[in-house]
Amino acid sequence: MSYTAWILITGSLVGISCGLVGVLLILRKMAMMADAISHTVLLGIVSAYLISSSLDGGSMLIGAMLAGLLTAWLVQWFESTGIHSDAAIGVVFTTLFAIGVILISTSVGNVHLDVNHALMGEISFIPWNTVDVPIAGSIPQATLLLMIITLLVIVVIALFYKEWKVTTFDPALAASLGIPVLLMHYVFMTLVSVTTVAAFDAVGAIMVVAMLITPAAAANLWTDKLITMFILSAAFGAFASCVGYGLAIWLDTSISGSMAFATGILFAISYLFGPKHGQLSKWFYKPGEI
Amino acid sequence: MVGVMSNLRQQGLMSDAISHAALPGVILAFLLTGEKQLAVLIIGAGISGLIAAFFIYGIEQSTRIKRDAAMGIILSVFFGGGIMLLSIANRTGGGSQSGLDSFIFGQAASMVRSDTYVMGGLALLVMVLVFLFYKQWKVVLFDPQHANMMGIHAHLFSSLYTFLLVLVIVIGIQAVGVILMAALLIIPALSARYWTHSLFFLFLLSGFFGGFAGGVGTLISSSESNLPTGPFIVVTSSSLFLISMIFGVKKGLIPIKRLSRGTTVLSERTSGGEGK
Amino acid sequence: MTALTVKNLSSAYQKKIVLDSLTFSIEEGTLTGVVGPNGAGKSTMIKAILGLQPKMTGSIEFFNGKLKKLTNHLGYVPQRGAVDWDFPTNVLDVVTMGLYGQIGWFQYPGKKHRQLAFEALEKVNMAEYANRQISQLSGGQQQRVFLARALVQDADLYFMDEPFAGVDAKTEKTIIAVLKELKSKGKTVLVVHHDLQTVPAYFDHVLLLNKQLIAYGPTNETFTKSFLKKTYGGEIHWMGSDQFVESL
Repeated sequence: MSYTAWILITGSLVGISCGLVGVLLILRKMAMMADAISHTVLLGIVSAYLISSSLDGGSMLIGAMLAGLLTAWLVQWFESTGIHSDAAIGVVFTTLFAIGVILISTSVGNVHLDVNHALMGEISFIPWNTVDVPIAGSIPQATLLLMIITLLVIVVIALFYKEWKVTTFDPALAASLGIPVLLMHYVFMTLVSVTTVAAFDAVGAIMVVAMLITPAAAANLWTDKLITMFILSAAFGAFASCVGYGLAIWLDTSISGSMAFATGILFAISYLFGPKHGQLSKWFYKPGEI
Repeated sequence: MVGVMSNLRQQGLMSDAISHAALPGVILAFLLTGEKQLAVLIIGAGISGLIAAFFIYGIEQSTRIKRDAAMGIILSVFFGGGIMLLSIANRTGGGSQSGLDSFIFGQAASMVRSDTYVMGGLALLVMVLVFLFYKQWKVVLFDPQHANMMGIHAHLFSSLYTFLLVLVIVIGIQAVGVILMAALLIIPALSARYWTHSLFFLFLLSGFFGGFAGGVGTLISSSESNLPTGPFIVVTSSSLFLISMIFGVKKGLIPIKRLSRGTTVLSERTSGGEGK
Repeated sequence: MTALTVKNLSSAYQKKIVLDSLTFSIEEGTLTGVVGPNGAGKSTMIKAILGLQPKMTGSIEFFNGKLKKLTNHLGYVPQRGAVDWDFPTNVLDVVTMGLYGQIGWFQYPGKKHRQLAFEALEKVNMAEYANRQISQLSGGQQQRVFLARALVQDADLYFMDEPFAGVDAKTEKTIIAVLKELKSKGKTVLVVHHDLQTVPAYFDHVLLLNKQLIAYGPTNETFTKSFLKKTYGGEIHWMGSDQFVESL
């Protein structure tokens, strides 16, 4: 397969996995948690690197998962001492991120890890770094990882679809029905962290936030059905990656930056033209008529 | 180093969003003027920060999307745009030498003397604004509706607040960088909360903590070459935060533990302490 | 049989005591109004009983500890403000959520479940709204959706947090009808209630709460001037026969 095709596939996979996770994120009002985790994952990756001194997918995923869970747990703990959740998130992620950056710039130094790469990602290198898979042949490593993660995300969301729905909509009811709300919370946080790591290589930490939140928010403006929202969000994510890539080629600029920017354009369009909650449709129908 | 920049409190992560969103402004200002004049860059950052703040409020008010998602959208999209512009700037030449990269992580050491004057001036302006309208801030922060009834324009003040927030952020950006700016706004104010209940001392202490962290952080990072300033400042201020949290006189964990042995003492304490 | 036994229950919110060692037990088949001033810990009590809020001390026993798996036997109707009504889902779906505990892991609700949910909606006069987006409901309609969801759960013990707050007359009537039906089926119901005037008409038992348990018992014995005065601390004006007005 050609170079461009791999990039488009990788980008779309990022869009799909993030789009799906993102729906739950914004419905659970945890959008900023994604921002936090996308930053703290850096610490996880650096620590994993320091311990195992390799940069393979496995140890990176575990490191990131632990960092994600640590973030979620710390934020919850700070909240329980009476700190506002906004502030709790702010304290936790900036501190962990700062430690991560310091570790990189002191001990790891010039080795493979570099902060700019982690933050901005470099999708254009992905097709060069391939592995051989039995049936499919030679596949870029990052793409393979993303495929697995996307599959995992789809399976976890589909299997526990009704549990996600009820714990998100009404955690109190869920608890009284015997659904382990807290466990679901941590499973979800793990899902966010793993998705973040997988998407990391391609679009970088900050663009992950764009991919997680923006397509889902845009989808929220188009539909009133949860399942449609999932599908739309994934489609938006994939579409934005492709558009972003085109944009980057055209302007000869950062691919990940353009992808994030493309999600923004998509959101702006949804904001204006969304059939149910777009601004223009509000002019045509008076409230209450819908 | 600028000290008293973290005085404004509440709305924690808004500062994170605005500081990320300031990036495209910085780069755009650079691209338009073609030189790295701090004042110009700050104006650029200020403008894009204000636009971002405006968008966030706009999205929150006109759609079903909640504030946190709105912040996430604006933050990442603006930052993405900033990165796009940054790589264009780097390509067109001169960009990489001009140290625009340092806006992301901050490099206090790379600042020139004139930069410090600009920042110092702005910091002074912030302090003056805070203390000049101290009375009004108190009411507006505590109870906006009541403030309206008293004839203070809460709306005006929340605009002024946003303006101040943006101002503080653009001052700090070059020192600690876009990403960790939020830490300097949130953490010192939060630490101060453990020591005092009075708004006045809160302002003072928070400013002091911020300044202290800034100073120590810069000192550590300049002790060896090539260490980024921002992260060290943040880690210093978080250590202060932990100390405050454990030992803080007013709300710290240890003093409370000592008291909570008897339920009666505890309820007395809380009823006297916070008033509600 | 006692439906609920609470022993020495205490709970705190950020180091502030909200519930102070409550002890009481509630008989099966009773309709209890939980009454007390703002901040008396009424909602907290329900949440602590259901395990939604950490308790500092105390033990809770349902049906003399005879039920092994409690999950399908407890129904909870939260305050309307407790959920996000912008959530992308429709009325029937929300009611179906009441059945999720019975459906089991990995399975999706089927036709049978939707039928049950629809029947519950009919009981609260909301059948015509089944496919309506929940963000388009009025306050009263939202409350009736919650009620239908509780009905469909077919629990033995119900907890309702201020179902009557800010609803229209039609909804109020529906709620009363539902409460009566639950009682006639031998269910036990605890309702957090604000409107003192309607207490004697709606409930057969009253639980007076102000951080501590003031009194619990049959309405005619417990809902008296002296106990109310103790509950509200300040002034309660006795308004003739059996009417009260709360004043601060």
